[in-house]
Amino acid sequence: MTALGKLFRTTVFKLSLAYLCTFAIGAGLVLGGVGWNVKKLLDEQIAQTIDADIRGLSEQYSEGGIRQLVEVIQRRTRQPSASLYLVTNYAGVTVAGNVASLPEQLVGKRDLVEVSYQRAGEETPRHRALARVFVLPGSFRLLVGHDIEDRETLRNILGRALITSLFWLVLIGTLGGAFVARRVLKRVDAISDSARAIMTGDLTKRLPLAGTGDELDRLAASVNVMLERITALMAGLKEVSDNIAHDLKTPLTRLRMDAEQALRARSSPEEQRAALEKIIEESDSLIRIFNALLMIARAEAGTQPEGMSEFDVSEIARDVGELYDALAEEREVKLIVSAEEPMMIHGNRELIGQALANLIDNALKYGVSESSDHDSRAVTLEARRNGESAELVVADRGVGIMPADRARVVDRFVRLENSRTRPGSGLGLSLAAAVAHLHGGELRLEDNAPGLRVVISLPLSHAAPVRQPASQLIRPPPDLRKAS
Amino acid sequence: MKAMRILVIEDDVEAANYLVKAFREEGHVADHAADGIDGYAAARDGDYDVLVVDRMLPKMDGLTLIAGLRTQKIETPVLILSALGQVDDRVKGLRAGSDDYLPKPYAFSELLARVEVLARRKSSGSGEETHYRVGDLELDRLSHKLTRSGKEIIVQPREFRLLEYLMKHAGQVVTRTMLLENVWDYHFDPQTNVIDVHISRLRAKIDKGREAPLLHTVRGAGYMIRDSAR
Repeated sequence: MTALGKLFRTTVFKLSLAYLCTFAIGAGLVLGGVGWNVKKLLDEQIAQTIDADIRGLSEQYSEGGIRQLVEVIQRRTRQPSASLYLVTNYAGVTVAGNVASLPEQLVGKRDLVEVSYQRAGEETPRHRALARVFVLPGSFRLLVGHDIEDRETLRNILGRALITSLFWLVLIGTLGGAFVARRVLKRVDAISDSARAIMTGDLTKRLPLAGTGDELDRLAASVNVMLERITALMAGLKEVSDNIAHDLKTPLTRLRMDAEQALRARSSPEEQRAALEKIIEESDSLIRIFNALLMIARAEAGTQPEGMSEFDVSEIARDVGELYDALAEEREVKLIVSAEEPMMIHGNRELIGQALANLIDNALKYGVSESSDHDSRAVTLEARRNGESAELVVADRGVGIMPADRARVVDRFVRLENSRTRPGSGLGLSLAAAVAHLHGGELRLEDNAPGLRVVISLPLSHAAPVRQPASQLIRPPPDLRKAS
Repeated sequence: MKAMRILVIEDDVEAANYLVKAFREEGHVADHAADGIDGYAAARDGDYDVLVVDRMLPKMDGLTLIAGLRTQKIETPVLILSALGQVDDRVKGLRAGSDDYLPKPYAFSELLARVEVLARRKSSGSGEETHYRVGDLELDRLSHKLTRSGKEIIVQPREFRLLEYLMKHAGQVVTRTMLLENVWDYHFDPQTNVIDVHISRLRAKIDKGREAPLLHTVRGAGYMIRDSAR
């Protein structure tokens, strides 16, 4: 497509063209209307003058006969720019007047008629006039007329004005439309160029902003926010695939070794059975990792799962506390649950339960020091209100996490050195954090001096705005929101 | 328990063959349909005790099939197998009219235990009993009393519910996830085998020092309460 063709196809240009046509028609109507009205007015004035003249002259005639009429006419015709007069007798011979002859169009007519005429004794070309013939008693014909050159001149001026103004209107309109269209087109082209660059894979590029805050700028800004979100999601995805590659190969290798062990020629049926059972165990733990990863990815993508409802987080805390109570007792850890006050939140009960279970499981696994000191072998689970938020707090008295490591441990598969030897996938905290973000809340790691305190803060349901699925799409990702 | 008639509607032929073979080895009658249309016809016309339906099937998907059966007033219990395994997938499945849900990949022992529970529910009707008895262990739901050989045993409310569920399905294998779902009403993954600890606590209360234990661990599957004397 040529540049000009492109220009003509822009919306701005089409709009300018439509306005141009409207204005041109409007101007034509106004000027035409004015011209027509002026002509009508002038014609009426001429008709009145002619009628008055005829009346006056016929009075002169009835007073003093043809002699007086001729006298008056001769006097009048001597004045400059006089009206047109002609008196003829019954034979059509001129008696007096300044018109060469009676125009043929007027013969036998009594109305005002537009005629062409020639002044008596002049060689000038014929002029146009409005004239009327009045028959006087004694078969004299009296013609009174009025030159209409002035009217014609006015009409010509108006006509020329119409054409000139239309010419300028079209010229300025077209140029203006083209100018505006070109400006808009340039910016749209810049935006599409950037968009194309982004589509070819350069996701770091952003659409240019003119800084004017107009519609195009706002559109570009929205698209940039969308790109930001896409980049964040892609980064998350890449991280997941990297982690999967790294952290799933280890259990897969073990799985394969167990299978080889079972196939080894000299292994006994008992050994084979044991190896097969181990294989099932290994694959179960792989499935768990997969499920956890999927759940994290879904929660981080921010798509609301079905099964959202209003429920009491304190009840969940009591339930999960009770579920882990037996395990804590077996490990000689005191699990203290305090969650009395009902606190309603809007969310997914299963996900909150899972997040809480992960935290308690972590606390029981890593938050209990080996010493038999009674005080250090305690884990507390608390559900408390903090302003407009419900907080689920799991605290232990173990070795805790260094402040430098706290941000890191929330990432997927991150396991600190002293926990590497113990079972776990390194996904528990990531999932809890993702669940908190999904519910519009956050996960905080704090120093319990000694030990670790993990807080899941969730907005209480009466304080939580009703989020529409549509607004979900443009909601900035949690990490961006934190930065702003 | 007596043989069940099971229809497996699954498009993965290898998985379906394995399931049919495994169900037959357990002494049940199992048939297979490979797509939604065939499965629907077979489920409608055959007198099955349980349907095992894959969520995604060619020609007609699993949820549509179940909804279709339910509008035809065919109330055969249905268990959905789903590869999606998302949090909201279960909700959708149960809403469509299925009775249970199992995400893929699953252990056959888990599937078998759930199918047997569904079939039993069909044959016994929906009426809940108020009194359960296994051997000399008696549980009364109305008075919340638990006795063994006439002597009262004090248990916590949750332990009572745990035992109640086990006794309701006496003689049947009950898996750990089934216990978590039915006794605690949660479907999440508890990371550690918390259920095992609850069972051993319960076992200490009802079986400790007894010659004939009632609460048995079924290796690789779950638990079962049964009068071993008989």
